[in-house]
Amino acid sequence: MTFGFSDEDDSAMNDKFEVHEHDVLVIGAGGAGLRAAIEALNTGATVGVVCKSLLGKAHTVMAEGGVAAAMGNVDPADDWKTHFRDTMRGGKFLNNWRMAHLHALESPDRVRELEHWGALFDRTDAGEIMQRAFGGHTFKRLCHVGDRTGLEIIRTLQDRGVQLGFDVYMECTVTRLLKDGERIAGAFAYWREQGRFVVFKAKAVVIATGGIGKAWKITSNSWEYTGDGLAVAYEAGAELMDMEFVQFHPTGMVWPPGVQGILVTEAVRGEGGILRNKLGERFMEKYDPKRMELSTRDVVARSIYTEVKEGRGTEHGGAYLDISQKPPEYVKRKLPGMYHQFKELADVDITKGPMEVGPTLHYTMGGIRVEAETGAATVPGLFAAGEAAAGMHGANRLGGNSLSDLLVFGKRAGQAAAAYAKSCGALKTDPAQFDEAEREMLAPFERPAGESPYEIHRDLQNTLQSLVGIFRNEADLKAALQKIATLKERAGRVHVDGSRLFNPGWHLARDLRSMLTAAEAVTRCALARTESRGAHSRIDFPNYDAEWGKKNNIIVKESGEMKLRQRPVPEMPEDLKQLFADDKDVVPTAAKAPAAVKTIPSN
Amino acid sequence: MAEVTMAVHRGDSSNGKTVEYKVPLSPGMVVLDALHYIQGHLSPDLAVRWNCKAGRCGSCSAEVNGRPRLTCKTRMDSLPQDKPITVLPLKAFPVIKDLVTNVSWNYEVNRKIPAFNAQPGTKWKMYQKDVDRPQEFRKCIECFLCQNVCHVLRDHGKHAEYGGPRYFVRVAGLEMHPLDAGSRIRGVRNQMGIGLCNITKCCTEVCPEEIHITDNAIIPLKERVVDQFYDPLVWIARKIKGSNSGN
Repeated sequence: MTFGFSDEDDSAMNDKFEVHEHDVLVIGAGGAGLRAAIEALNTGATVGVVCKSLLGKAHTVMAEGGVAAAMGNVDPADDWKTHFRDTMRGGKFLNNWRMAHLHALESPDRVRELEHWGALFDRTDAGEIMQRAFGGHTFKRLCHVGDRTGLEIIRTLQDRGVQLGFDVYMECTVTRLLKDGERIAGAFAYWREQGRFVVFKAKAVVIATGGIGKAWKITSNSWEYTGDGLAVAYEAGAELMDMEFVQFHPTGMVWPPGVQGILVTEAVRGEGGILRNKLGERFMEKYDPKRMELSTRDVVARSIYTEVKEGRGTEHGGAYLDISQKPPEYVKRKLPGMYHQFKELADVDITKGPMEVGPTLHYTMGGIRVEAETGAATVPGLFAAGEAAAGMHGANRLGGNSLSDLLVFGKRAGQAAAAYAKSCGALKTDPAQFDEAEREMLAPFERPAGESPYEIHRDLQNTLQSLVGIFRNEADLKAALQKIATLKERAGRVHVDGSRLFNPGWHLARDLRSMLTAAEAVTRCALARTESRGAHSRIDFPNYDAEWGKKNNIIVKESGEMKLRQRPVPEMPEDLKQLFADDKDVVPTAAKAPAAVKTIPSN
Repeated sequence: MAEVTMAVHRGDSSNGKTVEYKVPLSPGMVVLDALHYIQGHLSPDLAVRWNCKAGRCGSCSAEVNGRPRLTCKTRMDSLPQDKPITVLPLKAFPVIKDLVTNVSWNYEVNRKIPAFNAQPGTKWKMYQKDVDRPQEFRKCIECFLCQNVCHVLRDHGKHAEYGGPRYFVRVAGLEMHPLDAGSRIRGVRNQMGIGLCNITKCCTEVCPEEIHITDNAIIPLKERVVDQFYDPLVWIARKIKGSNSGN
């Protein structure tokens, strides 16, 4: 086992580059990547894990509220059928039904497995794993550890992987996939530390790079979330799907400015937190009187946004979220992270008074189109799992379904990638591809002068924030496409100073290209979908359109250009359809735009 | 807008100096915001590690005005602003560049710790009162601030024979797991050198997760070492049987 920083004893060199070889290369070391690596190792494959940050720092640590699994420890009536129904309804039936099906069936086993590897979830009085309520879930379903569930999961997976002996290449960033004809043959990357390039030869590659939140200004996502995996897969010919569906989490911090966007876990509402506007009204009564604060994220985010736009927002442009009616000791025990976060960063004691919250870009439902059972993308040898893969969540993800998604489909992708690697035969890599990848990376140093990557990044974030936000319309989306085209040109002229030694400006110059690809895909899909569904709300098409309910938007690179087309949503078999026989609300309700939105200039 | 001067370490392992930058202040600003301002406007190649910016990932550790802190949780308004605010890299690890240090040694220590090992035939029932204790240790975000202030590492450089507070916390979490059957006490004594810790509690003081590292992890582990290796009755029994108490 090795823990790479940049000096590897066992690395081979070709005449120019450091080379490593594995059966399976996993890109990304969050929950999906680690779970995939563990499973591939279990089958006897050799596995390398490449991650942009240090091991254990991936975005999974930011998952707070819990992992959804129909174990029925707290509500014995819960079962996979109810979980499946909730997931499909939450996703407005745009989900790949088979993924939602497998997810509901398998997530309890995946959670129990974590316990067998040493995870310590909070307990019920009967000594079982504790489960809490969450938006859109019929029963108390989220297995949790206070409000640090993601940390528990990533640490458990990390320790398991170390025990099994995976090779981890930390602080190493993949810039393109290598191919042998149509097949995947590995990846080209650079070490953040020294800026040196490295070639990974691999028979199968699993993309587990998460989402694209860093392309927006107000986001809960970290610097890593730049859509690298989606962009390299797209460049290699893979299809992206459902890119218009990006989730605005209803509750991010809004004040002070430096913390804007930082996540406030849905567990606050799961534990009884109440949303109010500045008039003291419990406004969810208007938008979803049945589920109130525990409505789905798309609905709650739109509701808060509407309250603010119609002039009923808080001092800093958000809503109040109040858990102070619960005993202080209870709040500190169940939400310790939130207690400290607000106390230290916002001078607010959440056991005594309300938090101010507003929507923040949190999650990408869209991603690489994969086969449900295996996570196989449309390029042979390429697999994807977790947030980077599309299909599981449809038009809107339920809270808690992400941690279970990455466990269920991380395992499946790891297994399938290892099986593929065993059977695919020998591969050739092409040194011309390495050289081209190197040239592309060095170009920003070689231009005598040019734009700062930080400037372009700020402009991209402002563009998406103002034009590709919660409520969208044709004029804004068209304007966004034009701006993205300009930004792409500017990104082609970017210049960086300094050396290749740990140079964040240089790293951002590469990340920008990924973000621009993702941003263009999101905008094109959003423009095409002339309806409102789940997280995609069009002011000019506020209603649900039955025809669009049968189609997924697909993005693919053809003749060097981004092409958009549609594929039919896979049809559910009859026995599963029966689960929705009594559904009155199979047809999603129209997204009502706030009165004020129609008159907001689209800068 | 009010301005403050940041004095930030710049340079690599062979060559470093402190460089001053003027940064505008905004309400609620934290030190990491100031570092991002420098990156975004003044010096794009300033090397800083960070991820979540919410105190949950433990990436952005540095020494702010001489005190090891998470820069994402250190408010600018908690620091005197009439003189430069210094930001230096962690001292216990070699500098790679600017504020980024090589912390790979920590990962090497970690992988030597025997993993969770369930008792055979385990029934997976645990009660909250039984998991409260190890759950405290599992809050650790691996910011390595405790490692950085521990004088055994920081001043004496005994990385080769010592595990450091972070890994005593990890071992304590495993040893106190109600269903774990592994034993790591010999390793804690021999490979991780817990005897070198003289419980000055510097680690506990800097822990952003407020884990009672010394009282709840290190002291109980030291007690287990004593029970296993220095108990006079066990010692006599070993003498009689002729077995060695060490190694």
